[in-house]
Amino acid sequence: MIKILYQIFRTGIVTEPLPQEIPAEVAAIGVELKAEIWKHFNRSLTIRQVDAGSCNGCELEIHAMNNAIYNCEKFGIHFTASPRFADVLLVTGPVTHNMEIALKRTYNSTPSPKLVIAVGDCGCNGGIFGETYASLGGIDKVIPVDFVIPGCPPTPTDLLLGLLQLMDKMGGKGRR
Amino acid sequence: MSVLKAAIVSALKEDARFRARHYPESVIFCVVPRAKFVEAGRVLKKAYALLAAEWATDETPYVRGYAIYACYRYGSEYLIVKSDIPLDDPVFPSLTKHFVPAYRFERQIESLMGLTADKHPDARPWIKFEDWPADAWPLRKTFDASKPLPRVQGEYKWVRAEGEGIYEIPVGPVHAGIIEPGHFRFQAVGETIINLEERLGYVHKGIEKRFEALSWDEGARLAGRVSGDTTVAHSLTYCMALESMTACSLPDRANWLRALFLERERIANHLGDIGAICNDVAFAFMLYQTMRLKEMLLRTNLRLFGHRFIMDRILPGGVAADIDSQGITDILEELNYLSQEFEKLVVIIDENSSLEDRTRATGILDPETARDLGVVGLVARASGLNLDCRIQNPFPPYDRIVVNVPVLIAGDVHARVWVRVEEIRESIRIIREILTTLPEGDITTAAKAPWHDTSGFAAVEGWRGEIIYWLQAGPQGEINRCMVRDPSTISWLGLERAVLGNIVPDFPVCNKSFNQSYSGHDL
Repeated sequence: MIKILYQIFRTGIVTEPLPQEIPAEVAAIGVELKAEIWKHFNRSLTIRQVDAGSCNGCELEIHAMNNAIYNCEKFGIHFTASPRFADVLLVTGPVTHNMEIALKRTYNSTPSPKLVIAVGDCGCNGGIFGETYASLGGIDKVIPVDFVIPGCPPTPTDLLLGLLQLMDKMGGKGRR
Repeated sequence: MSVLKAAIVSALKEDARFRARHYPESVIFCVVPRAKFVEAGRVLKKAYALLAAEWATDETPYVRGYAIYACYRYGSEYLIVKSDIPLDDPVFPSLTKHFVPAYRFERQIESLMGLTADKHPDARPWIKFEDWPADAWPLRKTFDASKPLPRVQGEYKWVRAEGEGIYEIPVGPVHAGIIEPGHFRFQAVGETIINLEERLGYVHKGIEKRFEALSWDEGARLAGRVSGDTTVAHSLTYCMALESMTACSLPDRANWLRALFLERERIANHLGDIGAICNDVAFAFMLYQTMRLKEMLLRTNLRLFGHRFIMDRILPGGVAADIDSQGITDILEELNYLSQEFEKLVVIIDENSSLEDRTRATGILDPETARDLGVVGLVARASGLNLDCRIQNPFPPYDRIVVNVPVLIAGDVHARVWVRVEEIRESIRIIREILTTLPEGDITTAAKAPWHDTSGFAAVEGWRGEIIYWLQAGPQGEINRCMVRDPSTISWLGLERAVLGNIVPDFPVCNKSFNQSYSGHDL
C-alpha cells in the first residue's frame, strides 16, 4: 500500500511540469468563460453530450476538453451522466434516422431552461453524410439548436471558444 | 500455388472459375455456382481459413443480377469467392453454420440488400430497425437514398432468459459517458451476467450507399469519416484498394509517410485506451497521465501535418502532408520523451495490485472462442491469435520493416491492456525506423480513375485491427459498390462472449478493453 501511495505521489510530481505550457488563448478564454458561467448559470454549466450519429471524431475532442491540459472543469463546465441534470445538450451529428427518437427523448428529458449546441460540421448541416435515407442532416432538423460550433472535428480550443461565444450571445436573455 | 486456391481447385474442380480484372492480383478471386457457395466455405474452413468478410452487390448496372461475396483469410493469403444470384430469386445459402462471423454479415446483407440467407438461424434484421419499411433495401440500385424513410410499426424480438431471480437491465442507446450510442441488454442473476445482447445500428449513416453517390476522390474524404478515431487507417485502406485497381505506383516517400501517420494514430489511441481502462476501474490517475501524453502527440500532428488526427492527409495517389528535417528532429525528441514517460507509467500499471485484481481474469475471451468468432486486431492478439496485416499481408513499407507484435493467450482485460502497452513500444520503434530511413522524393503521383467493371481490395492493420475495403467500379467507371469492413464488425461479437459470468459493474471495463467503434460497425 505504501508503495502504491508512493508511486501515486511520485507520479503526481511527474504531472506537474507539463511538457507544453497551457496556451495563452486557452487560459484567456477560461477566465472570461468562468465569469460568464458565474453570471448566467449560477457558477456551473452542466453539459450532457449526445452522439446523434457522429463518426466519433468530435467525441475524442470533447473528451480532450476534460484532460489535464484543457481541464474544462476548472471553469465550472462539467459533464453529467443524465440529461435530467443538464443545462446544455452538446449534440454531435449528423442525426441518423435510427437516433432521431432517442435524441428527441433526451431533449424532452432535459429540464427547461435548456440550451442545445450542435457540434461539428455534421452537427451543423450533415457534413459529408448529407441528407439521405439514414442521415437526416444537421441537429436543427430534429430539435431546436441555439448555437453551433463547426469544425471537423472542432478542436478543444474551438469548443471552449464556442461556449464563450454562446454566453455572449445569450447576454441577459432568458433561456429556452 | 496458394493453399486456399489448391483447396478450392481440388474440391470444386471446374466449378470454380478464376477471374482476372480483380486487383491486386495477389488476392485470388474465384466464381462458384450459388449451390457451391457453402461447399467452398466448408473446404476453406478445412484448410484453416477464417472468414474475413461477407457482402453482397447489386450488379444490375452491368445487366447482371445480384452477387454474394465471401472473403477468406489464411496466413498471408486472401481469397474471394463470388456467386451470382438471379434477380428473381434473391436467396443465398448461409455460411453461419461454418463461420460464426457470417451471423451478422448475413443479417446485414438481408437487411440492407434484401437477399435472404437460406438456413440462417436468426431472421431478425440487423442495422435496419423494426420501424423501417420491410421493403427498404438501401443498397439496391432501385432504392432512392435521397428520400427520408417513413416509420412503420414493428417490434424487435429480444432473446429472453427466464426463471427465478433473473432480471433484465437495458442500457442505452444514450449512454452515461461521452461515447457513441448503442443498446445493450443484460440478463443477470444477482450481479452475474448470464447473457448480453448487443443491439447496434443507431449511428447507421448510410455510408456504403453514400460512397456510390461520390467521386473516387471524395470517397477518400468519406472513408476518413467512417470512424473518426481510425481516420488514417480507413482513408489509407480506401486509397490502397483504389490504387490497386488503377495500377498506381506510389513514390516511396508517400508509402513511408503513410506508415508514419498510421503508427502515430496507433500510439495516440492506445494511450487513450490504457488510461480509459484504468479509469473504469477507478484508477483515474492513469487517465490523466495518458491523456496528457496523447494530447502532446495530437498537438504535434496539428503543427506538423495540419490536423490533430491527420484527417484527409492520405489521398488517392499519395499524401497531402510532408515532413522536413526539423519535423523529423521534433518527432524523434518527442518520442524520447514519450517513451521515458510512458515507461514510468507502465511500471505503475504493472506493480499496482488493485488494478491487476480488477483486470486479470475479467472479461476472458478464450483463444478457442476468439478463433471461432474470427476476431481481429488487438482483441485477437490478446486471445492467442497471431493476426496482423502488417506482418501477414505487408503493404509497403511494412515489407521492409520488421514488426514484432505481442501475442498473449490470457484473453482477459489485462491481456488487452498489455497488448496495447507492447504495441505502443513497438510503434515507437517503428516510427524511429521510418524517420531514419525516410526516402527522399515526391509525395504524390497522378491518380487515375479505375477501368470499368474492375474491383480492388485492400487490408490494412489499423489500431483496432484489420480494416478491409473492397471497391467495385461500375460500367462507367464510377463507384458501384464500396464495401467497408471495420474490425468492429467482427470484434463486437467477442464482447458478447467475454462478459458472460462477469459481474454487471465490470461491463464498462470489459467494453473499454475492446473499445470497438459503433460508427465503424453501423456504417
